[in-house]
Amino acid sequence: MSSVTIRQVHKRYDDFHAVKGVSLEIKDKEFVVLVGPSGCGKTTTLRMVAGLETISEGDIMIGNKVVNQLPPMDRDIAMVFQNYALYPHMTVYDNMAFGLKMRKFDKAEIAKRVNNAADILDIKDHLGRKPRMLSGGQRQRVALGRAIVRNPQVFLFDEPLSNLDAKLRVQMRVEIKKLHQRLATTSIYVTHDQVEAMTLGDRVVVMKDGLIQQVGEPLELYNNPANKYVAGFIGSPAMNFADTMIEEAGGVVYAANPTMRIRVPEQIAARMGPHKDKPATLGIRPEDLRMANGADPEDLSFDAVVEVAEQLGSEIILDLKAGGSAMVASVEPTVRVKPQQKIRLAINPAGLRFFDATTEAAI
Amino acid sequence: MATTAIPVPDGTIIVGKPKWRPLESEGNLAMLLLLPTVALLGMFIAYPFVRGILLAVTNSKVGQIGDFVGFENFARLLKDPIFHAVVYNTFLYTFVTTIFKLILGLWLALLLNRDFKFKAFTRAFILLPFIVPTVLACFAWKWMFDPTFAVLNWMLFKLGIVAAGAGVNWLGDGDMAMLSIMIVNIWRGVPFFAISLMAGLQTISPDLGEAAAIDGAKPWQRFWYITWPLLMPVTMVVVLFSVIQTFSDFQIVYVMTGGGPANATHLFATYAYQLGVGTGLLSQGAAVSLAMFPLLFGIVIFQLMYIRRVETR
Repeated sequence: MSSVTIRQVHKRYDDFHAVKGVSLEIKDKEFVVLVGPSGCGKTTTLRMVAGLETISEGDIMIGNKVVNQLPPMDRDIAMVFQNYALYPHMTVYDNMAFGLKMRKFDKAEIAKRVNNAADILDIKDHLGRKPRMLSGGQRQRVALGRAIVRNPQVFLFDEPLSNLDAKLRVQMRVEIKKLHQRLATTSIYVTHDQVEAMTLGDRVVVMKDGLIQQVGEPLELYNNPANKYVAGFIGSPAMNFADTMIEEAGGVVYAANPTMRIRVPEQIAARMGPHKDKPATLGIRPEDLRMANGADPEDLSFDAVVEVAEQLGSEIILDLKAGGSAMVASVEPTVRVKPQQKIRLAINPAGLRFFDATTEAAI
Repeated sequence: MATTAIPVPDGTIIVGKPKWRPLESEGNLAMLLLLPTVALLGMFIAYPFVRGILLAVTNSKVGQIGDFVGFENFARLLKDPIFHAVVYNTFLYTFVTTIFKLILGLWLALLLNRDFKFKAFTRAFILLPFIVPTVLACFAWKWMFDPTFAVLNWMLFKLGIVAAGAGVNWLGDGDMAMLSIMIVNIWRGVPFFAISLMAGLQTISPDLGEAAAIDGAKPWQRFWYITWPLLMPVTMVVVLFSVIQTFSDFQIVYVMTGGGPANATHLFATYAYQLGVGTGLLSQGAAVSLAMFPLLFGIVIFQLMYIRRVETR
């Protein structure tokens, strides 16, 4: 078990700068998730840690050893691939034993470790089969088994669940979490699915365009997004944004546009000094919106028109039009609305976030 | 309630005997579609083959229809020392060239499968020996093999390997002639192996190599434990094709040596041609080419069984 340090790492291809100076400190036993849209550099970063891509600039350390020049086999890592990468001509047993055979473990030790891993992953009955005779979920278990038998310093996961169907994905997510709780091996996990990132990671790294946007614990990212991108990426349905102007009237700061005039909560208003009379983006999560009643103040509510109401049972997702912009609200299942109905929504002021209109950084 | 006749819109319901549509039956359609192929194969493969068999059991020559003589032609072959040499030559020729074509082709395929500049161009270029008409290429080779005036001995001389005027007698010596035609066959066959094996390599996911690298396999181990077994089905098919073609090779030998010197390079096809057409002993020539058939058939059956075993593994 070991820490991983990524220091000012760049990756340049001929005409493409894929990773632009990523620095990250991953503690021993920590489960860190890299999340972002495709092309954000997360997989490239992972592959540089694995040694499958060369590092254009910067250092990667596993433990306190710089591994830049080490081939993958000497880094003491294990990797789980998106399409499993099981050796199709070998049985499940041989797939899991391959790494140990290459490292010249004796037969008894190999058998012990493979059987042990098969027990943990519940694939004991399939040891004699070929990968193509297994379902997707079973294959991914074998791939996990191949990673854990070697007892490596670091696990690397490259979108391991994206080839599975939705139900299996949830199930395997829990299994990976359990496995980490049991083995406590330092793990780096790459995904584009923010739900996976939030549920699995001790810490989550949000990346975009080869740069880290924010690093933090899942709730920290949810509650205090560093910028508009992270705010929109984390949370489902995504945060609503509205373009507003910041103005002050009678000692109170407002964010206003033609459809709404929202009072900025005091602790944020205190930081609004330099933004006064300038545009700013207002952000509010769907779960911080509810149907307004008569008691709600004018400056914490706005009018909207229902376009679609999606019944989920535990809640209703309302797709709305507020002025020119689309909004989403998550309201109680008891609410009854019809398409094209005009409603008034109230804002939970604690959920209000503001972002600089040009830098998109949180205010 | 009174029922009124409802007018049926024209053509909606047709009751009665369906139209006779013979092609709706899958069996009939299949027959019809197979007919052209069956006709072609029958005319150009089956008929000559049967005629060959009929010819081989007579004593016909050019200008003489001949009578039925049973297996006399085959019995004669068993005692014919040239035929013995032909069998030996053909097996040696096929075995040696196939091994070298496989090794060189695989090596080229592995190189071509990498990423490098001018990749597409090089891949196309590699096919050149395969594209040039064989007879043309063989004449060029024959010229290069000339002991006195040609480039091969000149190179050996310039490199200091042979003395002036003591160049290798490429096509004049029996063993050297065999080696020479093997070289040409390998030169001509390697592109087919390289391109086919490269296609096979491209079906192997690069993830597997990466997974093996992480698992601790060195490059040669990755080849031996991952690439080679996964390439095996393609390899077997390519080898099968090559064996069939090499076993019945005609053009290279015919152009380069004509089977000589002193029958040292005769293969089944060239010997059959020489006996049947050159000498006019049609029935004996037919017997030689038919003798090739069971041997080739045995090799093909063996390889097909092996391919099936590899594929169902």
